[in-house]
Amino acid sequence: MSETIIEARQVEKFYAQPNQNRIQVIAPTDLCVEAGEILALLGPSGSGKSTLLRMLTGLAATSAGTVLWHRQPVGSQPPNVSIVFQSFALFPWLTVLENVEAPLKARGIGPEERQKRALKILDSVGLDGFEAAYPKELSGGMKQRVGFARALVVEPEVLFMDEPFSALDVLTAENLRGELLELWQRRSMPTRAVFIVTHNIEEAVLLADRIVVLGKNPGRIRTDFRVTLAHPRDKKSKPFLDLVDYIYTVLTRPEEEPGAAPTERPARPRFQMLPHARPGGVAGLLEMLAERGGRSDIHILADDLAFELDDLLPIVDASVLLGFANVSEGDVEMTPEGQAFAEADILTRKDLFRRAATTHATLVRQITRSLATKRDHKLSDEFFHDILDEHFSEEETVRQLETAVHWGRYAELFDHDAEERRFFLPEDTEVRE
Amino acid sequence: MIRFPEFPRSFAEARSWSWVWDALVFCGIFAVFSVVLLIGRYWLGAAMPAAEISRSPRMLPLYSLYSLVRIAIAYVLSLIFAVGYGYIAAYNRRLQPFMIAVLDILQSIPVLSFLPGVMLAMVSLFPTRQLGIEMGAIVLIFTGQVWNMAFSFYSSLKSIPRELREASKIYGFSAWQRFFQLELPYGTIGLVWNSMVSVAGGWFFLMACEMFVLGKRDFRLPGLGSYLQTAAGAGDTVSMMWGLAAMIGIIVLLDQVVWRPVIAWSDKFKFEQVESAHGSGSPILDLLRRSRLLESWQAKITTPLWERLNRHFAHRPVEKKEGTPVWIPQTIGMVLGAAVLAGMGWAGMQAFHLLRGINGADVTGTLHAALITFLRVNAALILASLWTIPAGVAIGFHPRLARIAQPLSQIAASVPATALFPVLLLAIISAGGGLGVGAILLMLLGTQWYILFNVIAGAIAIPSDLKEVAALFRFRSIDKWRTLILPGIFPYLVTGLVTASGGAWNASIVAEYFHFQDHLLSTFGLGAQISAATDAGRFDTLLLATIVMAALVVSVNRLVWRPLYRLAETKYRLET
Repeated sequence: MSETIIEARQVEKFYAQPNQNRIQVIAPTDLCVEAGEILALLGPSGSGKSTLLRMLTGLAATSAGTVLWHRQPVGSQPPNVSIVFQSFALFPWLTVLENVEAPLKARGIGPEERQKRALKILDSVGLDGFEAAYPKELSGGMKQRVGFARALVVEPEVLFMDEPFSALDVLTAENLRGELLELWQRRSMPTRAVFIVTHNIEEAVLLADRIVVLGKNPGRIRTDFRVTLAHPRDKKSKPFLDLVDYIYTVLTRPEEEPGAAPTERPARPRFQMLPHARPGGVAGLLEMLAERGGRSDIHILADDLAFELDDLLPIVDASVLLGFANVSEGDVEMTPEGQAFAEADILTRKDLFRRAATTHATLVRQITRSLATKRDHKLSDEFFHDILDEHFSEEETVRQLETAVHWGRYAELFDHDAEERRFFLPEDTEVRE
Repeated sequence: MIRFPEFPRSFAEARSWSWVWDALVFCGIFAVFSVVLLIGRYWLGAAMPAAEISRSPRMLPLYSLYSLVRIAIAYVLSLIFAVGYGYIAAYNRRLQPFMIAVLDILQSIPVLSFLPGVMLAMVSLFPTRQLGIEMGAIVLIFTGQVWNMAFSFYSSLKSIPRELREASKIYGFSAWQRFFQLELPYGTIGLVWNSMVSVAGGWFFLMACEMFVLGKRDFRLPGLGSYLQTAAGAGDTVSMMWGLAAMIGIIVLLDQVVWRPVIAWSDKFKFEQVESAHGSGSPILDLLRRSRLLESWQAKITTPLWERLNRHFAHRPVEKKEGTPVWIPQTIGMVLGAAVLAGMGWAGMQAFHLLRGINGADVTGTLHAALITFLRVNAALILASLWTIPAGVAIGFHPRLARIAQPLSQIAASVPATALFPVLLLAIISAGGGLGVGAILLMLLGTQWYILFNVIAGAIAIPSDLKEVAALFRFRSIDKWRTLILPGIFPYLVTGLVTASGGAWNASIVAEYFHFQDHLLSTFGLGAQISAATDAGRFDTLLLATIVMAALVVSVNRLVWRPLYRLAETKYRLET
């Protein structure tokens, strides 16, 4: 489980009325925001989405309950957060640059440093050259870019967004969402978590790692689930549409207890893709690593080998897939299996590779099994083409099969006859598992 | 600084002329300096309550300068006070209702009835220096112009959009930064427009208070107002024309040199999402912006100073630190509150003491007079509405007419009615009219503009698609007025009428009672009663009449205008 940044414990919001009654805006609610996630808060209007956001940031006081930031009550010190507002909330009398500098000014940062940081962040949101403009001279999308720049310039730990795309037209919103997601995935934002309030179901499913749906009268959490669809998410794919339908149902039937979210794993699991690396390449990489004590930075490795990083990466990926190496924080490190492989002689290597490939490489395993079940141990390319077509492009299917042939040959699992265009088991071998 | 890399050509052109602008700016600074010297010498000189006013036109520049300085100082004081008052009223929850009520009442009290009290107090503060008398005039103008500015700033602060406030809070703005980057800019537009109204009002009072009689004492301050009154008193038409010309000259000059640049500058504080098509330009503002002298002043002095101040105040969040004991500000507040209450109690006692000399006949007389003046005020309002509504709508609907009529009427409006009184009186008397009807005309003179300008603004604000609907369905003109124009301008009309009614009440004090060519012109009314009491030094009647007038204005506001306002805000509001 990842680190919890914000924890709301039994927070409530209500307004006391003179007649002893009170208007309950938000019922006692628990909610955590964890590092590394984009959390989307969905709900009908009047469900207290914005109120909850303001209580989490410390802008609004809770009527009861506590909000903890890193286990400290939020009032004790102002948390390092930013908010991107629906209305942009830019100061119209300040230029774009001055708007972005304003939060830095509040922290007592000197003019040169301020300008440097503001210009850098403006550049990263695509506002290069607009420093001297006033917000009213910009289009809605540009204004919200300034809003993002101002929010990111303070390097917030959590970036809060209150319906950031609602005031924009559909295309601009789509565009900006895409760019935000890209910044987040490239880790070019210093931010550790994103909290977005929205009423747009599709937007939530597009962006979020976790979706919390609120109900109203009083505001409360109705469902809270993770979304594990890979990015970029296809709005037309079935799992995506299933999720949208599910949330829609939850929202339109406020009286019913919501069921569990649909399993986002697609009914047919995504086909594993073999990295385009040859066994010889994998062996070479592992030997290099062994010489360097089993661990190295990928960039340094690529430099030393005079390789382009893009050429090295498939080999690294293949080693990882085969269980010979791990990658963490830009370093590649050998596993004990990898160590054993690097130190073994050629025959043992083939054994180790065979075991690894049949365990980890789906396509290699499927080809081997299919050939074994066939009486004459032969199968035409077409057969595997048809299977792979469902998952890959034509070109990629060919490359997948090529890679599988390289791996299968090296492991002596199966062979391929290019002229007859078919796979076969070598005569002298039995089926090995 | 690496700003403004664009416009290379126009930029270069502007640069090459820069020394001319510098020279002009330098001359300006030098002029200001010598005026300060001149005024200082005059103020600290021996007191001369009744200066001899020359009717020679050659004295006009000096007199104009004296009047201008009075207005300017009163205005600067008003601005500072208004911002402070508005700020405290907006943020101090406990004081807020009290401060707003005070604003409401002080706005309605006829300032001119303060004249004797303020003057006597100031003269006794500085008995030997001219400063005392001058301070009296300045304080009086101040009390006439400060309230609407304070109220404007207060309501600006209250209407700052929530998300802007949240942005300044979430990014940890200090109170200092919040004030200069959010609150003051947001209030600027309102302050600028109210400043213009206030200064115009300031001229009105200045004309009246530069020359008046209080009991046996004759107060005369050298200035434009006293010049005009002296000329009128002597029946010297030529001098009067000179005085009026100087007056109009100053007003046009102020408009060009001060208000135009300020309005052009304040354009950037408009809280709008999209830039409006036509910004207002000002050559003077361009001059200042191009000046190298001011630029280097800014780069070398203002900017670094600002940075240091900002850094000094940064890291101090708006919230109070927990360590500060709560009882210190509380005690101070309580002591202050007690002092204010005690002061008010004492003043109340004094007033009560004063009023003991009043008998029943005085009260009925005052009420009767109040009724008469009330009728006059309303007659003036109706008369003003009769011509301003059609005229204003015509101007508002026809942009070409507006281009000619608007600047003309602005100049006409900014000539203080009090300056024109003597001229108008001459005309009324020669036409054989009495002051009973004449007073209505005099009130009209000062107040019709408020209605006209608001009607123009309202007519312009009627959305063109509604006008097109009216044209499409071929509304007859009576239907057009009933369904489109009158409802459309209604909120603006109410605003104009409220202001005009306040102005008319104030004008009644000057309009119903006038010294003219050695004899007294007066008619029965509350304003006349206040002026007569001032003349005779009868403070009890003065106080009684003032209280009646203030009560009347406040209750009319509450009973008539406020419900109309509410109606305007709910039913007749045009959402954009």
